[in-house]
Amino acid sequence: MSAAPEISPPLWLLAELTYRCPLQCPYCSNPVELASAGTELSTEDWFRVLQQARKMGAAQLGFSGGEPLVRQDLELLVAEARRLGFYSNLITSGVGLTSDRVGALREAGLDHIQISFQSTDSDISELLSGSRKAFAHKLAMAEAVKSAGYPMVLNFVLHRHNIDQIEQIIDLSHELGADYVELANAQYHGWALLNRDELMPSREQLSRAEMVTNAWREAHPDGMRLFFVVPDYYEERPKPCMNGWAKMFLAVAPDGLALPCHSARSLPLEFPNVRDHEVAAIWNESAAFNAYRGFDWMQEPCRSCPEKEQDFGGCRCQAFALTGDASQPDPVCTKSDQRGQIDAALTAANCHNASSSALQYRTWSASQNIITSTR
Amino acid sequence: MIDPASIPQLNKHFRLQWEEAQDCYVLLYPEGMVKLNESAGLILNCVDGSKSVEVIIAELAERFPQVEDIASDIEAFMTTASAQRWVAFS
Repeated sequence: MSAAPEISPPLWLLAELTYRCPLQCPYCSNPVELASAGTELSTEDWFRVLQQARKMGAAQLGFSGGEPLVRQDLELLVAEARRLGFYSNLITSGVGLTSDRVGALREAGLDHIQISFQSTDSDISELLSGSRKAFAHKLAMAEAVKSAGYPMVLNFVLHRHNIDQIEQIIDLSHELGADYVELANAQYHGWALLNRDELMPSREQLSRAEMVTNAWREAHPDGMRLFFVVPDYYEERPKPCMNGWAKMFLAVAPDGLALPCHSARSLPLEFPNVRDHEVAAIWNESAAFNAYRGFDWMQEPCRSCPEKEQDFGGCRCQAFALTGDASQPDPVCTKSDQRGQIDAALTAANCHNASSSALQYRTWSASQNIITSTR
Repeated sequence: MIDPASIPQLNKHFRLQWEEAQDCYVLLYPEGMVKLNESAGLILNCVDGSKSVEVIIAELAERFPQVEDIASDIEAFMTTASAQRWVAFS
């Protein structure tokens, strides 16, 4: 038996304010069981969570969702976050944002707004988000964010239906004056896993997009920063998910469930609720947060793997979703005996012509159907 | 090469802040945080948009006379800080 792992404080707090969202993106990272979540935390509940997490050392704060702009108390939460010394980020679709609200949030002390785009044209945006008007509005809001003096970060979730637009995506970001652009392939959890076969790009699409991105970087050494994220299925080693379980990242779901990662709700663990417990007790003492800390929980080949301190065995949610056991190695790893599942998905993605008609959209009723059918 | 007469200014998208829990200064920016070592924290605290690199060197040399060749440490840090876009020079 080795000693219990040393517990470092949470440095990041992700406040998922609501699961409500006007869009229906089929790659949403929210859990597919979102309709089973309890009632949303109140403003006072969130104040308490912010205070307790900040006291432990959390410095980065993400306001996310769902669509966080749906919460009418967002400005109040931002002001409290500023008072406490958080660096606060708003992760939004831009739908529900107005120029007035951009200014009001700035005044309240918001540091940064990240707007996510579905594509560079309104047809694909509508196909993916279920909204016709969203695209034009996003453009207008990106301009408002820029002129209010925020750093501008744009996020494009990439998949087979938009990845071939990579030149247009980069050009549009450049025209809008972005400082950072996340060209992030969907990671196949939650809704994206449900739609994996319709969304996974082919190897050819992926390498072309990477080539275009690298060429732009070389041609613009002082230009905006481009972050390109590949689907981990195309890697041979798993991602160091969350930099290790409950090591620096704390997510709080709309109903107060405290999670070491925003998709951990899908795991068969009893997660504590911030309505019932202090953040420090949750972080340091709860069984769920200690479940995969350190290395003692690992099975082979992770347990004796020389790379375990780099990737921590990968993603617990992916291991559970694909093997039914969250303590298995992440099947992305080529050392995993379950890697065949990943390769089969890649083979499927590389030989069939997916049509968008089979996409399962992220809606409340779809979530309810999923919950009913798995009971 | 950093011109000693140039004036460094913190990139407006970064925030320099003391973090008690980490016992160090950090730079905060969109969805990111850089943990600064002691000397980086000291130097960045002198960056106020009005002092030139040579003024900062003189100031820190006076405060830390025991540190040998503090000027080249500061210049090396300024080069890194510029490459990382933490500071810009005017």
